Amino acid sequence: MPAVSKGDGMRGLAVFISDIRNCKSKEAEIKRINKELANIRSKFKGDKALDGYSKKKYVCKLLFIFLLGHDIDFGHMEAVNLLSSNRYTEKQIGYLFISVLVNSNSELIRLINNAIKNDLASRNPTFMGLALHCIANVGSREMAEAFAGEIPKILVAGDTMDSVKQSAALCLLRLYRTSPDLVPMGDWTSRVVHLLNDQHLGVVTAATSLITTLAQKNPEEFKTSVSLAVSRLSRIVTSASTDLQDYTYYFVPAPWLSVKLLRLLQCYPPPEDPAVRGRLTECLETILNKAQEPPKSKKVQHSNAKNAVLFEAISLIIHHDSEPNLLVRACNQLGQFLQHRETNLRYLALESMCTLASSEFSHEAVKTHIETVTNALKTERDVSVRQRAVDLLYAMCDRSNAQQIVAEMLSYLETADYSIREEIVLKVAILAEKYAVDYTWYVDTILNLIRIAGDYVSEEVWYRVIQIVINRDDVQGYAAKTVFEALQAPACHENLVKVGGYILGEFGNLIAGDPRSSPLIQFNLLHSKFHLCSVPTRALLLSTYIKFVNLFPEVKTTIQDVLRSDSQLKNADVELQQRAVEYLRLSTVASTDILATVLEEMPPFPERESSILAKLKKKKGPSTVTDLEEAKRERSADINGGPEPAPASASATSTPSPSADLLGLGAAPPAPVGPPPSSGGLLVDVFSDSPSAVAPLAPGSEDNFARFVCKNNGVLFENQLLQIGLKSEFRQNLGRMFIFYGNKTSTQFLSFTPTLICSDDLRANLSLQTKPVDPTVDGGAQVQQVVNIECVSDFTEAPVLNIQFRTLHPALVDRTVPSDRQWSPARPWRYGGTFQNVSVKLPITLNKFFQPTEMASQDFFQRWKQLSNPQQEVQNIFKAKHPMDTEITKAKIIGFGSALLEEVDPNPANFVGAGIIHTKTTQIGCLLRLEPNLQAQMYRLTLRTSKETVSQRLCELLSEQF
Amino acid sequence: CLCCDTWSTVQCDFQSEDTQQQIIRETFHLVSKRDENVCNFLEGGLLIGGSDNKLIYRHYATLYFVFCVDSSESELGILDLIQVFVETLDKCFENVCELDLIFHVDKVHNILAEMVMGGMVLETNMNEIVTQIDAQNKLEKSEQIVYTGLFCISQDFSQAGLAGAPARAVSAVKNMNLPEIPRNINIGDISIKVPNLPSFK
Repeated sequence: MPAVSKGDGMRGLAVFISDIRNCKSKEAEIKRINKELANIRSKFKGDKALDGYSKKKYVCKLLFIFLLGHDIDFGHMEAVNLLSSNRYTEKQIGYLFISVLVNSNSELIRLINNAIKNDLASRNPTFMGLALHCIANVGSREMAEAFAGEIPKILVAGDTMDSVKQSAALCLLRLYRTSPDLVPMGDWTSRVVHLLNDQHLGVVTAATSLITTLAQKNPEEFKTSVSLAVSRLSRIVTSASTDLQDYTYYFVPAPWLSVKLLRLLQCYPPPEDPAVRGRLTECLETILNKAQEPPKSKKVQHSNAKNAVLFEAISLIIHHDSEPNLLVRACNQLGQFLQHRETNLRYLALESMCTLASSEFSHEAVKTHIETVTNALKTERDVSVRQRAVDLLYAMCDRSNAQQIVAEMLSYLETADYSIREEIVLKVAILAEKYAVDYTWYVDTILNLIRIAGDYVSEEVWYRVIQIVINRDDVQGYAAKTVFEALQAPACHENLVKVGGYILGEFGNLIAGDPRSSPLIQFNLLHSKFHLCSVPTRALLLSTYIKFVNLFPEVKTTIQDVLRSDSQLKNADVELQQRAVEYLRLSTVASTDILATVLEEMPPFPERESSILAKLKKKKGPSTVTDLEEAKRERSADINGGPEPAPASASATSTPSPSADLLGLGAAPPAPVGPPPSSGGLLVDVFSDSPSAVAPLAPGSEDNFARFVCKNNGVLFENQLLQIGLKSEFRQNLGRMFIFYGNKTSTQFLSFTPTLICSDDLRANLSLQTKPVDPTVDGGAQVQQVVNIECVSDFTEAPVLNIQFRTLHPALVDRTVPSDRQWSPARPWRYGGTFQNVSVKLPITLNKFFQPTEMASQDFFQRWKQLSNPQQEVQNIFKAKHPMDTEITKAKIIGFGSALLEEVDPNPANFVGAGIIHTKTTQIGCLLRLEPNLQAQMYRLTLRTSKETVSQRLCELLSEQF
Repeated sequence: CLCCDTWSTVQCDFQSEDTQQQIIRETFHLVSKRDENVCNFLEGGLLIGGSDNKLIYRHYATLYFVFCVDSSESELGILDLIQVFVETLDKCFENVCELDLIFHVDKVHNILAEMVMGGMVLETNMNEIVTQIDAQNKLEKSEQIVYTGLFCISQDFSQAGLAGAPARAVSAVKNMNLPEIPRNINIGDISIKVPNLPSFK
């Protein structure tokens, strides 16, 4: 017997639906509907009490009208009345109406809740099911308040029917998602975990969904679920499919449950218990093996379900990121799917590979598929798939293939779907910058971007190219020449005019010697574009002109004529008019010296996170820029920044516009060196309970520390309140460090107390002396602290600098901090303001006490041989974290403190250095040798000193630098 | 997971009716212009809650079944779920066709409610779902007998609800409120092709 026989149901409803379907026009349909609405309204309001059947019929009609897209503003009360009926049919339609039509903040919710309460208490499984469904579908806070305590009891009660348990689990999950604070954890949690052992697979599936979400927030509470999930999974994966009764779907045993269990396991690191871990590995291997077996059915459902499990297993392998063997197998499997004829599989394979690319074990393996992926970009018919291919190319990009990938993306950009162009532009811009070894390539790439997709090149992108050109003098001449050539195209994008105008205004002099690009030609070329441009671009060009007046006195009169023309001086746009007037005046009254000062070349921009990256993150959501990538970027940041990088911080603030105001008139003075206020409050421990407790090291402190190994001056730390700068000098075994504390706010810091913290071990080997500083630091002021340093013996650790102070102004503190934590009445000492506590590692390292020693090749090798005891030598082979640039490497070795010995090593590509570490007790001779392998992007660093601990420490410090 | 199909908006968190209709229209627009042989996943636009959400759909003859899901669900798993849904409909309606879905919106809802609850996957085992639906029908039947009794007494009602006119009297199928589609296409009784129905014993 069919479950629903066709003739059943309500005739009135069927007639109404047929009428609607026969309507010839939208108007007729609306007319019919209005007639029906009027009819129902009158029936509802009429004197005669309606019986349940009629109510049901009318509610069904309303539902249908609603689904056609019409507003329903009555009938709610009738639906609520149906809830209290004892007939299943009526109750059910009432609940249906409410689930679909009642929004969560309806006034009726109290009545509805009452009916639900009765049904939950009815012990009738059908009614309980309906009530639970309704709670889950509406899911409002009021419902959570009313039932969040009740549902866990139903869920774990011994006598609850399976189907009700299932519904209760999901209902609770839904309430937890909308109002997690209202779902109390308690005794029931451990009993829920044991539902993973339940006989009924439907119950297990629902429970797994619930536990997965709960475990994400409360991992400790649900830790025991790992071993249960593994054993359940193992029973499914290895069992003959007949064991699972109806939960076998097209010969695949319980695919949904397997997927859910694999998801649950992704909330946790690999199991610690070797037995559990072994069992899980076995499961994953079995799943991978099954993928290679011939299919048990030709039906697409079979392979679909099988692959759903497979993809989830691969996700888990990637999540654990700990078994190189499994990772490589996963990568190979995905590689097969990349060429599969099923589009869905190609799509999913590209998606999973993206995450695989960020694992260090499999990054190389993913790279081998580059041809397939670029091919997908060209041949896939589906934009969803192409989008994934772009993402994957972006993820697999590194120094070795950046040029190829950027070229592929650029050529794809010419035909790319409009919807994804902007994203590709951002990605190309980021990759070109990140992996630029040769900045001429970078400049070419960005200009190409503007040429191909100028409309999609956002401000961030062209601001960035200008920042980079300004900061790197080796590329300025090339940039000027290239933009000059690009501008000669008869039609060029306005963005190119902006970049061209800015760069020629700064560096036009570098190409002015060539008669083909003489000052006048440059000016005429730019001015020929002027009238086609928008106001902001024209404003920028006017600034370029005044810069030309300074750079090229010979075109001064020409430019003055242009500025003087009516179209400038009387321009309707106030900004343009003002610029024209001011620039004209400036060029007339100012002496050459003043002009030269006012119109001086822009100072370098402070190094900071590319605002393009911030934009991409904003566009794609933070999840797409993975942590690993973040980490990679952090490490590589200073390479491209040159030898004097400022600390990179994960900042989302966008770069201030270098655009219109080349002069910096009216704008803030050139930004101080250092990162912009970073995401800030994180770095400051405002939660600390006791004012004397030392905050944990600020995030990024390690990185900043490493940056000071090869240099002595710079910004050590910065957040939105405080900046710490360092200047230090060392001679023999002595040193002096100046620490500058800058108050970046406009109000005072009180009880300002910096403290140097050394472990006992360190104190024995390194003596530090300092005087306390004034406990008050005025807004905007800087105080200085001198630390006298003496190296007694060689040491490994670094001292920690802890700073504690109070700010006057609570508003300065990151707003994400809940205000009740700042103003806790239990901590009266905080009333004066907010307590701040910051710790950073102070970069006093052993190599600071190096004195370089020059020696000839012969001497070097003689000493090298003398230090051949195994404990005297420490060697480290490591991957290059930064581009392998000879000059930068040399600068770093010298900055490290040793002498750089030329023509010593027979292989000219290698670097050797020598020096003496001075301590109070002894002097230690050190020799070092660094062998780069460009092909493998690896280094081998060898240190030989007369003391094992010294070799060890120097090797650690220096390895972090390349 | 948040889910809807083109026939019924099951669950759209915090959306007004207008937005729901707009979502349905745009979704239909997006999905219907896609070729065969492309993948069954569509990146989410802003309308469906941003890039974390995806549209996952299956196309059966003239019908699209579209689910909107967040990243907590497996894509292929949802494709299978749609298949189970359609197979279940086919079992419950005996060779289901579009008209069944239009004339029995409430029943379709019931079936879907057995599979998806509050936007989360509740049950995937077809036999289990069909058993539940059967039980509901039995309840309904038993209650209708009570009605007949009532009707006999009041004499007011025709036999409404017992024998009901055959729903297939209407030959024109109209898409709900989707002006992009030519109105009144006569497609007769094309039933949904459920590929390769296996025997569930």
